[in-house]
Amino acid sequence: MNFEEYAAKPLLKAEGIVVPAGELVRSADEATAVAQKIGACVVKAQVPTGKRGKAGGIALAASPDEACSEAARILGMQIGEHTVEKVLVEAQVPIASELYAAVLNDPVTKSPLVLFSPEGGMDIEEIAENHPEKLMRLPVDIRHGFDPAEVAANLPELGDVNQADLVALLEKLYSVYAANDAELLEINPLVLTTNGDLIALDCKFTLDDSGVKRQEELAEHGTPDKTTELEARSHAVNLKYIELEGNVGVLANGAGVTMTTMDAISHYGGAPANFLEIGGEAYRLSKEALEIVLANPNVKSLMVNFCGAFARCDVMAEGVVNAWKELEPDIPVFFTIHGTGDKEAIALVREGLGLEPYEFMDDAVRAAVEAAQ
Amino acid sequence: MIVRGSETVIVQGITGRQGTFWAERMGEYGTKIIGGVNPKKAGTIHIGLPVWGSAVDAAAETQVDATVLFIPPLGVKAAALDAISAGIKKMVVMTEHVPVQDVMYFLAAAREANCQVIGPNTAGLVTVGESFVGFMPAFNPGIFKPGKVGVISRSGSLGTMVCLNLVQGGLGISTFIGIGGDPIIGTTTKDALVALDNDERTEAVAIVGEIGGGMEEEAAEYAKTMSKPIAAFIAGAASPPGKKMGHAGAIVMGNVGSYAGKKAALETAGVAVVPTPSGIPDVLKGLI
Repeated sequence: MNFEEYAAKPLLKAEGIVVPAGELVRSADEATAVAQKIGACVVKAQVPTGKRGKAGGIALAASPDEACSEAARILGMQIGEHTVEKVLVEAQVPIASELYAAVLNDPVTKSPLVLFSPEGGMDIEEIAENHPEKLMRLPVDIRHGFDPAEVAANLPELGDVNQADLVALLEKLYSVYAANDAELLEINPLVLTTNGDLIALDCKFTLDDSGVKRQEELAEHGTPDKTTELEARSHAVNLKYIELEGNVGVLANGAGVTMTTMDAISHYGGAPANFLEIGGEAYRLSKEALEIVLANPNVKSLMVNFCGAFARCDVMAEGVVNAWKELEPDIPVFFTIHGTGDKEAIALVREGLGLEPYEFMDDAVRAAVEAAQ
Repeated sequence: MIVRGSETVIVQGITGRQGTFWAERMGEYGTKIIGGVNPKKAGTIHIGLPVWGSAVDAAAETQVDATVLFIPPLGVKAAALDAISAGIKKMVVMTEHVPVQDVMYFLAAAREANCQVIGPNTAGLVTVGESFVGFMPAFNPGIFKPGKVGVISRSGSLGTMVCLNLVQGGLGISTFIGIGGDPIIGTTTKDALVALDNDERTEAVAIVGEIGGGMEEEAAEYAKTMSKPIAAFIAGAASPPGKKMGHAGAIVMGNVGSYAGKKAALETAGVAVVPTPSGIPDVLKGLI
């Protein structure tokens, strides 16, 4: 779950990392009032995407009048697929140089990785490519936590940055990461001011989705993924549904089999209408799942692919057969069924719908693609 | 990591619904299930097996070679640390949605104690004809017919489908290693490939990968050194970038983890990459 700048910065501030004074507002009038309090300011669009600056969503304002006009311009603006509904109005900071700092979960070392570079203000990929010698990538043993001496020993050339101040800031950053089940916590840019202070000018925080259940209060401040109506409906019953552009509906169990069914549809010249898996404990929800797939009017045929391991094919098939009889959809459906409970499941489909499941997925998919055309 | 039929296994979380069901299936198949753990039911008997208060207690009483965790997400870290303290050297973690910082914690402890970990979010292991650990339909002979192909899969359901395809294509399975669908896991594709390379019953390997992460690319480097033939299927070619496709690990960010990158890395290593899983037996049949 991603947190926008306005929701991420308070986490830094609570740990003692300095962020510019400012407020989140939803109108030009409110922006004016904030600017009157803090003076020369920056008006920053708050949307869950990284391309705000390039899109014209960040502007300097020397006076309250300018803050008013810039806020009026930015509010309502379209950035990527998002409409700007709120802006952060923050005091301007006298910048001497821009730095980069982050802590993230690293699959290669299987540990938290502390990243720091005196070259900031650009993407980390760019820093890694253009200034690899200036990028510290230090894995931390999560059992022992942040070790200031080890970090100090691994820092690159710092220029005018005070080493003790920087190590203290990184330690705070690590604390915020550890306390909040972060997947990624990034300050970019971290700025060195002309007064020699370190200030977090921006902040990106991604909460580990598997950490949400022990961070419920925190998660309320995150930005939920933008969803379609059907996606929202599926999430409400704990189903993973993603709407796609095609016309062959997909109902399968397990993320792997579902993705593979989509791949096969695409390989045989069709286009999948959705991702929807009912694996894990969700395998009992096949009736709800079918209703959601069929609610998409683009669906012209349906491919049902069950490969039971943990999930039982008989339970899934029973749900689908019952729902099919109840909904009486006017489209053809194609089955392949194998694995735990397959014999009973095949019998249910035969008796309930008078259909014969295919032995091979490829054959069933080819038929489903043809039927959708 | 491979668990043989001679090795003893305990089930942490044996008294739960899933723990009970799969402990029975594993025992029926031939896995040497010797008991389980539930701190609240220490000293009782469940499905005819002893229940200990901790893995440490179990290991104090008897030899425990492996453990399998059927434990809710927020309890996994403590259960895994218990198993590591007990000196158990093989651990299979079934649970999905374990907080990643917890995973990194017990993986660090496991590494130090030389305990091999499979998962989290795995469907487990099958040593065909000997034992299985986890929740794979090992007992279904149409899927797990004995043979010479070792299978590595991030997904349980897709791994099952590939084993089925191999059997439909006239081949059989030696060992199935489900490594799990999480972004950070104990045994990577490469680790599993090394295990199958060293497994004398395995003469060929099927890699079942997914978009996201860099594990297939890393495995491709090792594949260059192998003489056993390898075929691979990578799921997710038709998945839109930037979206999590069910598995937490299956997400393409920028160019990292893309289908094209994985396919190219594997093909450079001489691995045949097929467009649908049914192509795997076609590739391997001529080579065994």
